[in-house]
Amino acid sequence: MGEQANAIAARRHWMSVLARASHDALASHLASCAALPAHSLLRGPETGLVMVRGRAGGDGAPFNLGETTVTRCTVQLAGGQIGHAYALGRDPAQAELAALLDAALQHPAHSSELLARVVEPLAQAQAAARDAVLAKAAATRVEFLAMQTTR
Amino acid sequence: MNPGFADPTLDAQTSFRAVLHAMAQPGRILRLPASPAQPPTGLAPAAAALLLALTDADTPVWLDAGPAAAAWGRFHAGCRIVDDPRQASFVFASGPPPSQAALAQGSAEEPHLSATLVLEVAQLAAGSGWVLRGPGIDATARLLVRGAPEDFLAQRAANLAAFPCGVDTILTCGPLLAALPRTTRVEAA
Repeated sequence: MGEQANAIAARRHWMSVLARASHDALASHLASCAALPAHSLLRGPETGLVMVRGRAGGDGAPFNLGETTVTRCTVQLAGGQIGHAYALGRDPAQAELAALLDAALQHPAHSSELLARVVEPLAQAQAAARDAVLAKAAATRVEFLAMQTTR
Repeated sequence: MNPGFADPTLDAQTSFRAVLHAMAQPGRILRLPASPAQPPTGLAPAAAALLLALTDADTPVWLDAGPAAAAWGRFHAGCRIVDDPRQASFVFASGPPPSQAALAQGSAEEPHLSATLVLEVAQLAAGSGWVLRGPGIDATARLLVRGAPEDFLAQRAANLAAFPCGVDTILTCGPLLAALPRTTRVEAA
């Protein structure tokens, strides 16, 4: 049970990293890896709309914020592994490549290489980009508590 | 898992159109123009096309074609698979179907909520066999059906005693289909 939960958490992690990466980023990291196995398309890539929901104040009532464009794709390898991708935007090539990588990451012969050369570098780059934005935002933060004490 | 329609939108529309024609002219045999190239194990091409064209998240489906077909329908059509045929809007039978009395019948206020039975048979041919009368048929039509249950017509007649409630049937045979809506009267020849 614990092993299965770990496998689900690991797959969730790499799917989220792949969905956030652009096609060019995926392709450039893939260039140093062994060729991916052949795949067939089960569904898509196809573009549609998804409703984004938000909460007022973080814990308020949920409301519909608006719709966003999402491209999804599902592929299958010759070995039977099925890979899914749902990515923001409308880049069919990105969705297909992300789905193919999801399937290949479940393939024992490819998973460790792809994790080390594609998923981890992308995860680090995405974390660095997010930290940079947070740092810029933090510089403009106003501490109301501090203003009170220095009144 | 196998792929679904080659072109999900257009193929579903042409399949839906074929069902409309079949229902409007009961007993007429139609060949589905676009069926999935590799239907899942247990589902014939026409039945597979109907599963994709007619069902979605709002239509509970019962089928006896096995787990591969159930998984295929859940993935491509997004339909809910139920264990009890009475709860299903669409019943896909590749083998002996559930009794028509055991399917959803609709109510006098909402007769359209009855089930549609999609029944795979061994042969469909025009020109001989059952004699069909009713709306959409000029006098009579003939439909030869092999492989339907022995008591299919008796079950159907009993089921239609509660008209306008009752089950509609679509007979499929490989890539072919013919419809027997509940308004059609059928006599064995």
